[in-house]
Amino acid sequence: MAAPERCPVTDWATDLDHTDPEYAARAPEIWSQLREECPVAHSPRFGGMWIPTRHEDVSAIAHDTEHFTSRGVIVSVFEPDIPAPVGYAPPITSDPPFHEIARRLLLPAFSPKAIRPLEEPTREFCRGLIDDLLAQHGPGDTVDAAAQYAQHIPVRVIAHMLGVPQSDGDRFRTFIHRILETGGQNGPVAPEDTLTYYLIQRIELHRQEPSDDLIGYLLQAEIDGQPLTDDHIIGTVALLLIAGIDTTWSAIGATLWHLAQHPEHRRRLVEQPELLPIAIEEFLRAFAPVTMARKVAKDVEVGGRTMKEGEWVLLPFPSANRDPEFFEQADEVVLDRERNRHAAFGLGIHRCLGSNLARMELTVAVQEWLRRIPDFELAAPDEVRWSTGQVRGPRELPVRLGATADAA
Amino acid sequence: MRILYDREACQGHNRCYLLAPELFDVDDEGYAVLRIDGEVPTDLEKKAQLAADNCPEYAITVDA
Repeated sequence: MAAPERCPVTDWATDLDHTDPEYAARAPEIWSQLREECPVAHSPRFGGMWIPTRHEDVSAIAHDTEHFTSRGVIVSVFEPDIPAPVGYAPPITSDPPFHEIARRLLLPAFSPKAIRPLEEPTREFCRGLIDDLLAQHGPGDTVDAAAQYAQHIPVRVIAHMLGVPQSDGDRFRTFIHRILETGGQNGPVAPEDTLTYYLIQRIELHRQEPSDDLIGYLLQAEIDGQPLTDDHIIGTVALLLIAGIDTTWSAIGATLWHLAQHPEHRRRLVEQPELLPIAIEEFLRAFAPVTMARKVAKDVEVGGRTMKEGEWVLLPFPSANRDPEFFEQADEVVLDRERNRHAAFGLGIHRCLGSNLARMELTVAVQEWLRRIPDFELAAPDEVRWSTGQVRGPRELPVRLGATADAA
Repeated sequence: MRILYDREACQGHNRCYLLAPELFDVDDEGYAVLRIDGEVPTDLEKKAQLAADNCPEYAITVDA
């Protein structure tokens, strides 16, 4: 089951590999270097891929659905096998005009007003996780804020929304790791051990026992008077599961990583809780986890370089978010930043469908952590491990607890 | 101060709704809905500016 061997990268401007552990560890430095030296970089890996790093170019590509298709959004050694406009996980892999039809089916379930009722259950999940942590650990002890806290929150929330068992969380994370973090370089996997197989079974269970959750909603939904195809439902549920877990886990983990190193920011958020909504957007800017991808649909010039039909394009929104041409003090976390047109949730027609859910989870997760654990620091800065691939966040985050507060 | 909102440019990031709920509502699909007609009340000018300055899609403009 070993993954194929991969050559180490020696030059990021001509040979970038986003699945390289060094990229995972040093991505913000690599983006800075590329923005200055080679703002639209190319790599021969994965059959040829472009890496624009300036806000201007990332934004132009995200808004250009004529020259770029979403048929492939995860750069892989494999070609996407279901063509646009539907793609294998609508609507993220869909192009206009089908994109809008598939997206409008889902928008009402993710609007700010639809997400609000999920805030209390999310708060309860977070409190439960912290209660468990503090039942076993106290001041001076080391805990893993990513593995023992951040990663569990979105799994529970999305399982709750979809109506699948929360105890399946470990399986989801395995599926997602293979899809998002390895670029298809996994080695063979048994058919019964795939996300698609799992979802076919779950959807069949929902068919037999109709339920008031998102899978139930999709089973009843129609396009032009016809029920959705099984492939559409499987693709969409896969999308919600994949897109909703690694991403939010990463944002929560990266925010706690930052706060572990900045006692002045922790203090300010405790003393000025009204600042949190603005600060959360700043954490999203500085630690945006998600890099998307496109395929070139028609030859096109971007930033003086010619992209050819069929090539991959990575869309590193996190790099756009740190472009000094677009943001003042781009590499600093400015908690009360007042002008913040960040692109953490993408730009254009594919703006993250779950952005309100992610924002709510991040806010509640940070609030509840700080309420009980206002003091903490990195226990071993060198042991923080960042994920590879298109979703970037700490996967191991050992922190030493300072003084803790009792549950109110 | 006047405020203009471009529904075609809006992608439902909801930043305006969070920063200036007095000026923006959202519809069932999460797109912004401007709650006032043109002229911004003086006490909401700062919020109008914030909404404009934080829209990732440049869908909101204000002019003093």
